[in-house]
Amino acid sequence: MNNSVTPATNDARKGDVVAPTKEKGWFYTDTVKDHFFHPKNFLEDEAGYGDAYLGMVGSPACGDAMKVWLKIEKEADGTERIKDFKWKTFGCASAIASTSMLSVMVTENGGMPIEAALALRPQDIMERLGGLPARKVHCSVLGDKALRSAVMDYYRKSGQIDKVEVEAGRLIDKVLKITDHDIEEAVLEGADTLEKVQARTKVGTGDPSCIPEVENLIRFYKEKYFGA
Amino acid sequence: MKSTKIIYLDCAATTPLDSRVLEAMNPYFSDDFGNPSSFHSVGMQAKDAVSDARGTIARLIGAHEEEIIFTSGGTESDNLAVIGVPRYHTKALMEKLQALPHVITSAIEHHAVLEPLIAMDRKKEIELTIVGVNREGQVSVDEVVAALKPNTVLISIMTANNEIGTIQPIGDIGREILKWRKAKETVFPYLHTDACQATGYLDLNVEKSHVDLLTLNGSKMYGPKGIGALYVRKGVKLQPFFIGGGQERNIRSGTENVPGIVGLAKALALVQADREVESARLTALRDRLADGLMKIPKTILNGHATERLPNSVNVSFIDIEGEAAVLYLDAVGIMASTGSACASTSLDPSHVILATGLSYEAAHGSIRFTLGHSTMQEDVDYVIKEMPAIVERLRMMSPVNMDMKYFT
Repeated sequence: MNNSVTPATNDARKGDVVAPTKEKGWFYTDTVKDHFFHPKNFLEDEAGYGDAYLGMVGSPACGDAMKVWLKIEKEADGTERIKDFKWKTFGCASAIASTSMLSVMVTENGGMPIEAALALRPQDIMERLGGLPARKVHCSVLGDKALRSAVMDYYRKSGQIDKVEVEAGRLIDKVLKITDHDIEEAVLEGADTLEKVQARTKVGTGDPSCIPEVENLIRFYKEKYFGA
Repeated sequence: MKSTKIIYLDCAATTPLDSRVLEAMNPYFSDDFGNPSSFHSVGMQAKDAVSDARGTIARLIGAHEEEIIFTSGGTESDNLAVIGVPRYHTKALMEKLQALPHVITSAIEHHAVLEPLIAMDRKKEIELTIVGVNREGQVSVDEVVAALKPNTVLISIMTANNEIGTIQPIGDIGREILKWRKAKETVFPYLHTDACQATGYLDLNVEKSHVDLLTLNGSKMYGPKGIGALYVRKGVKLQPFFIGGGQERNIRSGTENVPGIVGLAKALALVQADREVESARLTALRDRLADGLMKIPKTILNGHATERLPNSVNVSFIDIEGEAAVLYLDAVGIMASTGSACASTSLDPSHVILATGLSYEAAHGSIRFTLGHSTMQEDVDYVIKEMPAIVERLRMMSPVNMDMKYFT
């Protein structure tokens, strides 16, 4: 464990509420609550955002959908900073609070350079929120993905085509066409064993040879998102 | 918090203990603490209390005393019925018909019925038929009858649904099963019904409904938590889970929860005595609430317009997510619940609302209000006043704007 990280912060990064509420009488931390009831930077009026860079992820059928409007400025030294981040979210308290917090993080201190914003991980948002209940971690990933999608829009429109990543994913189960992204999604939704991932994705039922790799990926994504 | 007053509209989740029930239970914790199995006067006192309670419940549902089995609650009673009955019949059916026990249930049952049945089906312990429901959430009697087979041992259909409140045609199903048994000259299939949500509002008489097994639960009817009962009609055999001292006719071993049992009987007696008056009072409030909420644009009423429990209103607000709405309601002192995936541990939206044919989008935006003894008109009016602004605010934050033509 890193010595500079307090136990509370470490718990927050693992994605579970530090004190699950008894004394607070609430499921979420005060910070989550504040961002949920008083969301920062949500788009109230589209006027003035016609030329913003757009990102859209999720769908209401999945329970979460998000749209992001970005404004990016290039400084004299070539640094591209996020100057404005507006959003709209269909989702639960975690999703709304995570997006609100992300919008604050990328626009504070004069705006975050694009590379730094792309390097943000869900844990960084969770840490600032003081943690989320473990089963809510997947709700905090959407903002990150919407941001990435809007930055790709910027790269496309500013002619930096070489930087555009196509989110195709790597094929793991060749029979059922299941990618590493599908495994990632399943782990984020709480599937922490091969059986649970299979219950969601059916991975490996058509092509059992990929199972060792699936197990590796589950370990990898558990480490990435839950630090365990 | 803007408001300190709490308006509790989640009575389908649980209800507070009625003070008269508590009073009835009180002596059985410390004063009359005996074990009903003991052969001395302290034990006899406890035995009498349990026997009186059994008699009260039997009388209220039109059953015989020995047909009431006390359990730890609704989940245990449901499990005991849907697991215990098929298991008892497995051997004989395999020998006679070379078939597994067949069970029929509906897509909107409580998890305590559906989950064990699905698990047994997967393990090839039973053969399972899950019948669907219509847009209003009602099971079709014809569909149940069409699913009957020689190896059908059990049909489990709830009396009224916990999420959308829709009342099922249990009496009609019961009559059809009787007819089938007579025509085929067989003792089964048996009819089980989970009546947990219906106790305060409907007639539970098992002779009128021809029900063979019926689940009751203390905590949904102003009784204590952790106590329930299963009515098991004479002649219906089931395999027990708890083996030990042979209490409850060998069906449910373990020292009886005497205060709980006394409380369960008292609670059932109280709600059944008031059920007609209370049903009429709540039906008026329920309709007032539903009408008020339906004035909000892009809102759908889930469940049946009239064939629903007097205390239940379930609506979907399109373009918003239910958990967020429940938390905004909580902030103004209104306690409600949602079928949204985000509020469930499974991360799946309500299987009940999906079963009525509504889309995932609508299931995620569903909110359930369940009224109770403490609900007054001013409470309902308060919800009607607060809800529009909450929906409007969440819609303003939402990037989704769906066309209502997908939801009609």
